[in-house]
Amino acid sequence: RGVSQGSPPVTSLLSLAVTSEQIEHLHRRFKQLSQDQLTIRKENFDSIPDLEFNPIRGKIVHAFFDKRNLRQESDGLAEEINFEDFLTIMSYFRPIEMNMDEEQLDRFRKEKLKFLFHMYDSDHDGKITLQEYRNVVEELLSGNPHLEKESARSIADGAMMEAASICVGQMGPDQVYEGITFEDFLKMWQGIDIETKMHVRFLNVDTIAHCY
Amino acid sequence: IPSVSSIVPESCLLIVVGLLVGGLIKGVGEKPPILKSDIFFLFLLPPIILDAGYFLPLRPFTENLGTILIFAVVGTLWNAFFLGGLMYAVCQLGGPGLNHIGLLANLLFGSIISAVDPVAVLAVFEEIHINELLHILVFGESLLNDAVTVVLYHLFEEFASFEQVTILDIILGFLSFFVVSLGGVLVGVIYGVIAAFTSRFTSHIRVIEPLFVFLYSYMAYLSAELFHLSGIMALIAAGVVMRPYVEANISHKSHTTIKYFLKMWSSVSETLIFIFLGVSTVAGHHYWNWTFVISTLFFCLIARVLGVLVLTWFINKFRIVKLTPKDQFIIAYGGLRGAIAFSLGYLLDYKHFGMRDMFLTAIITVIFFTVFVQGMTIRPLVDLLAVKKKQETKRSINEEIHTQFLDHLLTGIEDICGHYGHHHWKDKLDRFNKKYVKKCLIAGERSKEPQLIAFYHKMEMKQAIELVESGGIGKIPSAVSTVSIQNINPQTLPLERVLPALSKDKEEEIRKILRTNLQKTRQRLRSYNRHTLVADPYEEAWNQMLLRRQKARQLEQKMNNYLTVPAHKVDSPTMSRARIGSDPLAYEPKEDSENLPIITIDPASPQSPESVDLMSEEPKGCSGLPPSPEEDEEGLVMRVKEPSSPGTDDVFTPGNGDSPSNQRMLRCLSDPGPRPEPEEGEPFIPKGQ
Repeated sequence: RGVSQGSPPVTSLLSLAVTSEQIEHLHRRFKQLSQDQLTIRKENFDSIPDLEFNPIRGKIVHAFFDKRNLRQESDGLAEEINFEDFLTIMSYFRPIEMNMDEEQLDRFRKEKLKFLFHMYDSDHDGKITLQEYRNVVEELLSGNPHLEKESARSIADGAMMEAASICVGQMGPDQVYEGITFEDFLKMWQGIDIETKMHVRFLNVDTIAHCY
Repeated sequence: IPSVSSIVPESCLLIVVGLLVGGLIKGVGEKPPILKSDIFFLFLLPPIILDAGYFLPLRPFTENLGTILIFAVVGTLWNAFFLGGLMYAVCQLGGPGLNHIGLLANLLFGSIISAVDPVAVLAVFEEIHINELLHILVFGESLLNDAVTVVLYHLFEEFASFEQVTILDIILGFLSFFVVSLGGVLVGVIYGVIAAFTSRFTSHIRVIEPLFVFLYSYMAYLSAELFHLSGIMALIAAGVVMRPYVEANISHKSHTTIKYFLKMWSSVSETLIFIFLGVSTVAGHHYWNWTFVISTLFFCLIARVLGVLVLTWFINKFRIVKLTPKDQFIIAYGGLRGAIAFSLGYLLDYKHFGMRDMFLTAIITVIFFTVFVQGMTIRPLVDLLAVKKKQETKRSINEEIHTQFLDHLLTGIEDICGHYGHHHWKDKLDRFNKKYVKKCLIAGERSKEPQLIAFYHKMEMKQAIELVESGGIGKIPSAVSTVSIQNINPQTLPLERVLPALSKDKEEEIRKILRTNLQKTRQRLRSYNRHTLVADPYEEAWNQMLLRRQKARQLEQKMNNYLTVPAHKVDSPTMSRARIGSDPLAYEPKEDSENLPIITIDPASPQSPESVDLMSEEPKGCSGLPPSPEEDEEGLVMRVKEPSSPGTDDVFTPGNGDSPSNQRMLRCLSDPGPRPEPEEGEPFIPKGQ
């Protein structure tokens, strides 16, 4: 049972390890969002009412179009994405499998953290600067309109200082911490086991599609 | 030689003590007291459950709620019926001594003994520091199975007095389960909301804030027990519901009080329960029947293992993070029985249950076995199987940001997929909470405070307190780093070297504010009455200080915002002032300090505000109001100045030559809350002592 016409053959999607039922479901959703077109643009995401309340919706939508997440070697933003790209993004949220070995687990974890990193690092320069971090905190607090910008900034500054002390340790007075690189980011997330947290429930991987 | 306490869990030792005490009393010729059920259920059990419920780690609990419920409900039912049925078979085959025990009696016995006991689980699991998931699974199960136990117990007890049991009775019994559990939760929620609402208005009588928490929770428990609903679930629900709102409303000290009292009461209760168990064993009438007891024990274990295996197989189909065989073993092994089973058995009356003594003997045997054998061996087994232990991670602001970010991200993805999952509903609940509930239940400004800000403030306060306690220069607590704002935001660097002076009148205004504030403090100290916590004025002053600081911040340029205070810098006066502040006694004021703002508090002297001076400062230093809270407190403790006259109405220390202001300040602010290891003595040795 393949997906309906107009989408790439199922075999190329198997590397994403989602079942065919889920692909169907996602395809239906994709068609709904794209209003039966082949591609989605940023504007199509505005039709989701619940997304309105999400403080970081800008970043989420942006992440869908971020070429670094679409596993393309290029950089920058895509104008529109097709179903395959949509699935690619979704695959970042698949849950952990029981039979993964250490190396696979590590790669799995790194993948998810890389996705997050790209969301924080909005100017694509490979590190999260203080300004970007401030931006993140401001967005998180954007649901409270009367809040002062000061509070957001001080939280971000405090967090950045903490990150610097975790990643670099002691710093002399003249050293400047440029920003959080991906390695530092990994260090910060060590305490949180993201492989069990970052998944969307229905993308369950009970049975891999049988088209192998 | 390993110490006894590292091999034998505390609960076992307490039972042994109880046995000894009981034996002693009996030997003297007196009749040792037995753990009466109403004392147990009314006075000894609630503190433990409230402590557990109030400090329940909500996130892992709700994430695993499905699993916990299945273990609690289905698992307990399975245990009860399996055990009851098998014991009935044993009784029938067991010869003349056991033949007369009917099916209902056996089922009742099964339901009593099958429930995992929260007290025993807490006592043992707390010492082995197992990972959070397993802890919450076993512990959650032990809490939630109360509903099942209550229903089954009452059901079978009633049925035992019936002539015959109809299908209708069974169906009603089944329905009563829902009534008992949901009714209990409802009662708890109602009382929790009332308690939260009450705490909104307690800002003027902070002293009795903790009382409301305890009273309302206890009332929830009693109300539920009154109607034969599940008191434990009511208590847990009340604690869980009231906690976020109460904590937003009450003062820091009340929070500490609640924490300490709950821990204290639950500790005492737990100790008494185990000792009484020992004494009751000696005191009670026993009827030992080898067949009955041994088969009970045997089938208990088998039932538990089978139950866990089957249920886990079923649950793993729906879980993302599956339960490994190691986990299953720990869950099965952690099914300890305890005093609840004993008390329920004790409640049986002789009229309907002539074999009560035999039941009690069997119950005690099972309890002893699980607590001693399983309790003692679980620790080496955990090490042997290399089960993941609890990770002692410190909550950091980064983690909080990331967790919130991830939550929103996952909610967003769920919305995009069109799948209304766990995150979606949680987000909806959060929004409802923020929009309506918080406004009603939290006083004033804090109702609008987003969680991130509240967390940040909490952390700042904690670090400030840590800093004060640790003594500053000598020992740098691990939380304090040497990273400062310059390291991450170099643009501000040139500004800091040439810190702009406040205009003269702004400086004067700030000084006036400080002066009047301190004056108020002094006046309050003088009129002592029972209802004013003497320490409180400082907290109020501090709160006001924080408010004024925020206003002052709008006036002046943004200054250093230290979440952590760098320890080794001598050049910038800000930092050396910070160092002085954090250890005012160890640091000998040098000539530089003349340049720094010096504020003295001299409440002992009956003079007018002149005794409070703010010596003039050079514009070089950061003036009057530093932005961060630890510097605020330092602002008050700048210079250790001996009071002109020894404190006469000095409420804290009668000593002379001490620095009462310092001590007072530090004692107010060094309010650590319970720490894992007890602190020896004063962190500060007062100068001149």
